Amino acid sequence: MLILFMLIAISLIVALVFLVLFIINVRSGQYDDMYTPSVRILFDSHLNNSDDNGNEKHSNEIK
Amino acid sequence: MEMKNTLMRSSDSGTGSGAGLSNLGGSPPLEKFFYDNKIVRDFGIASVSWGIISLLVGVLIAVQLFMPEANLGLPFTTFGRLRALHTNGAIFAFVGNLMFMGVYYSLQRLCKTRMYSDKLSRIHFWGWQLIIASAVLTLPFGFTTSKEYAELEWPIDIMIALIWVVFAINFFGTLLTRRTKHLYVAIWFYVATIVTVAVLHIVNSMEIPVSFLKSYSMYAGVQDALVQWWYGHNAVAFFLTTPFLGLMYYFLPKAANRPVFSYRLSIIHFWSLIFLYIWAGPHHLLYTALPDWAQSLGTTFSIMLIAPSWGGMINGLLTLRGAWDQVRTNPVLKFMVVSITCYGMATFEGPMHSLKFVNALSHYTDWIPAHVHIGTLGWNGFMSFAILYWLIPRIYNTKLHSTKLANLHFWIGTLGMVFWTVSMYISGIMQGLMLQDFTADGILKYGNFLETTTQVLPMYMLRALGGLLYLSGMVIMAYNLFKTVKSGVLIANEADEAPARTKDYSEEKHLTGYLRHRIIERKPMLLLVVAALTILIGGIVEFIPVFTIQSNIPTIASVKPYTPLELEGRNIYMREGCYNCHSQMIRPFRSETERYGEYSKAGEFVYDHPFLWGSKRTGPDLQRIGGKYPNAWHYRHMFNPRLTSPGSIMPNYKWLSTNDLDISDTRASITAMRRLGVPYPAGYEDRALEDLKQQAVAISDNLKKDNIKVADTKEIVALIAYLQRMGTDIKGNKTDNK
Ligand code: HEC
Repeated sequence: MLILFMLIAISLIVALVFLVLFIINVRSGQYDDMYTPSVRILFDSHLNNSDDNGNEKHSNEIK
Repeated sequence: MEMKNTLMRSSDSGTGSGAGLSNLGGSPPLEKFFYDNKIVRDFGIASVSWGIISLLVGVLIAVQLFMPEANLGLPFTTFGRLRALHTNGAIFAFVGNLMFMGVYYSLQRLCKTRMYSDKLSRIHFWGWQLIIASAVLTLPFGFTTSKEYAELEWPIDIMIALIWVVFAINFFGTLLTRRTKHLYVAIWFYVATIVTVAVLHIVNSMEIPVSFLKSYSMYAGVQDALVQWWYGHNAVAFFLTTPFLGLMYYFLPKAANRPVFSYRLSIIHFWSLIFLYIWAGPHHLLYTALPDWAQSLGTTFSIMLIAPSWGGMINGLLTLRGAWDQVRTNPVLKFMVVSITCYGMATFEGPMHSLKFVNALSHYTDWIPAHVHIGTLGWNGFMSFAILYWLIPRIYNTKLHSTKLANLHFWIGTLGMVFWTVSMYISGIMQGLMLQDFTADGILKYGNFLETTTQVLPMYMLRALGGLLYLSGMVIMAYNLFKTVKSGVLIANEADEAPARTKDYSEEKHLTGYLRHRIIERKPMLLLVVAALTILIGGIVEFIPVFTIQSNIPTIASVKPYTPLELEGRNIYMREGCYNCHSQMIRPFRSETERYGEYSKAGEFVYDHPFLWGSKRTGPDLQRIGGKYPNAWHYRHMFNPRLTSPGSIMPNYKWLSTNDLDISDTRASITAMRRLGVPYPAGYEDRALEDLKQQAVAISDNLKKDNIKVADTKEIVALIAYLQRMGTDIKGNKTDNK
């Protein structure tokens, strides 16, 4: 059943990698603001592309 | 395209010259850049096209389950071979391409930058299509590793790994050159997908090649089963779930035009989900020869998984609070609501299936496909449709051709899903109960497996109808999207602008300005993580073979390696995909030992590279089939199962009695097996063909006694040899604990 322990080891390492990422995240202030990011994604800035006259006009267009 | 790239560059250099300003406290200059919509579109087309093909194959094999003749009598259209094509197509071609479409669209916008490299995007796209094309060209022709959802043979496995690395470089390159500071939660779900799928794929695909399109799994028996379901479960988790949660967290707020209900909850959802998911794999192997504590571990983590999963579902549904009026009219939101609800249902049902007493009934029955299809048709399929309906008009700068047709698709799809799953719930539970049923005298009520099969056939018909409805919905969608595309023009490069990232910006002045340096300077920790992963993968490749071969020590003395003929028969069993309908794992229940014989022991499988336990009993278990019937019975049964078992739904395998057995790889197979630790004596490969001939002649002679004339060189002889060997090694030493 050695493979069982190998799998556990591999899973643990993957989990550890994510734990490190999580700690880095918290430390670097990624999670200081728990609201604005969710709103910010809603805004697409629309430049005047020659063939893009703004998506806003069509938001929720499928009615 | 060239022009756009130059534009990007020039805005980059603009950044450099403005460096002094920012130090004076001014705001960083705006940079103009272009999103690559073409790659998004291409993945979308691929997803819809492959999706329709995969589901068509699904409907075809669903029909075969009540009408075996529907396989047209051809080897490459039989159930056993096409089932792998259907699952691989649905998972990796339909859902996979869609996930790439969504990731390429959302990642660019979330990072406020174009994809790191257009060239890598292209390689990723064409490489992935090539992988799928090679699946189409190998699976129906019987080239398979026989490990579920990892059936593709070793050259394709290598290709998958390479293309995945291309995707990863492109993805992380984009992250590192982003113009935003915060990584939106969706990105984290993508990161988890990329990292974990790479590890899973490599660990599970460790195999030793015998020839160009044939290999044996490096693991044997129980170990192979464990690795396979660790992979299988996590493939569901990290290929079908995490990326789609990422997509949900991006596209749902966009479609509803409101922020996610609780951003904090979404963060908690992510971190708790990934820490729990990876431990739940053993719930696929309850009551098998796996150690008890590992089974309990799997069950415990599976139950715990309800919490984050439902947190995510609730977060998704509550995002629509105050917008339910939109749901009534907007097909995008309709699809999303049903999709998220299905996610909730599937993630509740999964943990329930991990409870041992539920599993005892549900395992091996149609209840499991029902569960899986709630996930794939509902969660993945409907989320995919929603995203397509939302995204395609946008990148074509137009409106959806017809909302009516989209609504029609929604209703047909939902109806199809209901038919599919409800019929399989009924058939699964019904057949499961019948197979366990004893009369008052203590004998099996349905002693003949086939009696239970014939009872659920009407349900099989309903399932095929459900599949057909669902597929029709997709065809309607394809038409609708096609018309939409025709009415607009693709914005291949969509302009946007964003302030340069301030932090990089001040660092810039210390550097000669080259991207690569910037990355290395800025992200030592990320490099560390990448290095750790590389080491991990290297370690896997190096150590696993050593460990597994060492631990393949037989625990039951009477278990011997297969003879060359049996080994070839086993290859045929794999090639024809018999394991898609037959298990080889008898659980320690009275209902099973009465029906099939002594329950399976871990020690019986030490030479099984790969394991062939199967996961679904459309036909009876075959672990103790050896010696149950005479050779002549098997010959007739394989030629046409309805000769021996009237009403059977097993396909005819007529070609086995006309095809010559291919023995060109027998030598190589024996050598490969020995390298994997199977104790064939030294130099046995030189005598293998003699032994094979001898055993074949004996079987052919035996068949002659029953007036069956078949040359000893035919494939059927090898298959009979294998069937007659199965499970016989321990017949002598029957244990008493039932
Ligand atoms: C579509 C599903 C399906 C596939 C694929 C399939 N079988 Fe079957 N098989 C059945 C069903 C159903 C039965 C029970 C009825 C019968 O005896 O035919 C059965 C019965 C059997 C039996 C008799 C078991 C017993 O205990 O009576 C054997 C042996 C068998 N199959 C071998 C095979 C082999 C070998 C292959 C691959 C070449 C195969 N089957 C592929 C569905 C399938």
